[in-house]
Amino acid sequence: MGLLSKKDANLILDPLADNNPITIQVLGICSALAITAELEASIVMAISVLFVLGVGNVVISLMRNIIPSKIRIIVQLIVVATLVIIVDLVLKAFAYELSKTLSVFVGLIITNCIIMGRFEAFALANKPWRSFLDGIGNSLGYGVILIIVGFFRELLGSGTLLGFPVLGDPITKTGLYAFGYENNGFMLLSPMALIVVGIIIWVQRSRNKALVEDH
Amino acid sequence: MEHLELFFKSIFIDNMVFATFLGMCSYLAVSKKVSTAVGLGAAVIFVLAITVPLNWLLDQYILQEGALSWLGEEYASYDLSFLSFIMFIATIATMVQLVEIIVEKFSPSLYNSLGIFLPLIAVNCAILGGSLFMQSREIASLGLALNYGVGSGIGWFLAILAIAAIREKIRYSNVPPALRGLGITFIITGLMAIGFMSFGGMLTGGEEETKTEEKTVSVEKSSKENVTLSAVETSENNELANKTTINANE
Repeated sequence: MGLLSKKDANLILDPLADNNPITIQVLGICSALAITAELEASIVMAISVLFVLGVGNVVISLMRNIIPSKIRIIVQLIVVATLVIIVDLVLKAFAYELSKTLSVFVGLIITNCIIMGRFEAFALANKPWRSFLDGIGNSLGYGVILIIVGFFRELLGSGTLLGFPVLGDPITKTGLYAFGYENNGFMLLSPMALIVVGIIIWVQRSRNKALVEDH
Repeated sequence: MEHLELFFKSIFIDNMVFATFLGMCSYLAVSKKVSTAVGLGAAVIFVLAITVPLNWLLDQYILQEGALSWLGEEYASYDLSFLSFIMFIATIATMVQLVEIIVEKFSPSLYNSLGIFLPLIAVNCAILGGSLFMQSREIASLGLALNYGVGSGIGWFLAILAIAAIREKIRYSNVPPALRGLGITFIITGLMAIGFMSFGGMLTGGEEETKTEEKTVSVEKSSKENVTLSAVETSENNELANKTTINANE
């Protein structure tokens, strides 16, 4: 990390684990749960949020001194909405099938609490470069959880990763299926996303006691 | 019938929280006490009931492909749907501000109970999600859009009320330390979502119909003389009863 001072590096590293936006700050849950049935969708979502939060944080940080505080929410919404429209159009142009899978959840990046939360908590009070690092850090933290959840749900639910059958073929009974293994279709349904995230939180907090809540 | 179906569908089957995870952030953050949960839930119903029909009008008359044809022939080929995100969120933010001002002016008591939640709501995914789903599901009329807004609002209200009540009680239980707070809330919500999945069968009327038909057929076989009477008694569906009488007469 010769490029970054230690303080700056922490801006990226903290949100990855001990200040994770999803499991600790409880921001941006909606999309994390809804689109994680496939790993590919999770990755694309993570990249989209990375773009929107990185650029958005810089834009808001540049404008932080000229935004009247009374209308800041609307200004922030307009900035995010513009960036999200760009993401949506790019997805529609280059990955049409995927944008159908993500359906309204691309649009819902606008109201993803991570974005508004970071704008309010960080970009409005910090210089552009630090805001950019904070945006990247937080969206990476978000992406990590998304990818973990997507990984387990796709692996256990349909026995594939990114569409490749890694556990063998369930119809011709090769690989694991030869020993009587079955896919757990329940993993693909929405309630399991909640439970998988719950388990991630459990694992994280039992490893780091400082994060445990009173109630 | 169409209205009733959409209403129940948006409350139970497509429940905002349990089926599509909308508004999760405030659902998790504001569900520690029942009273605040009720306030936020009521505000969500209120705002959804206003913004969904409004955005439906916007979508129908401005944004959709060909929606501008009321302006004249030359505008008929315009497709502004790429602007829908920004239009919807602007409508929502404006309406929330407007509602806040109006409520503050005319009903201070309502403002005290509901007002503090209104600014939160502009960035609640459930509100924008309601409008976006309304667009993607192609809701057919203004009445249905209002219905959809109120229905999904009530669904959200139910969800946050239920989880707040559970969280108040769970304070007295011995939860493993690492799961306390957020972790157990996630898992409870997951279990509740599994419960709500059972509502999925609520509107599959088709299967039930075939079952009653089988029943009437067996009745028909057992006693030919009383067929009309018993068929009317057993079948819940008048149409089916008529069908069996015709069969019996033949």
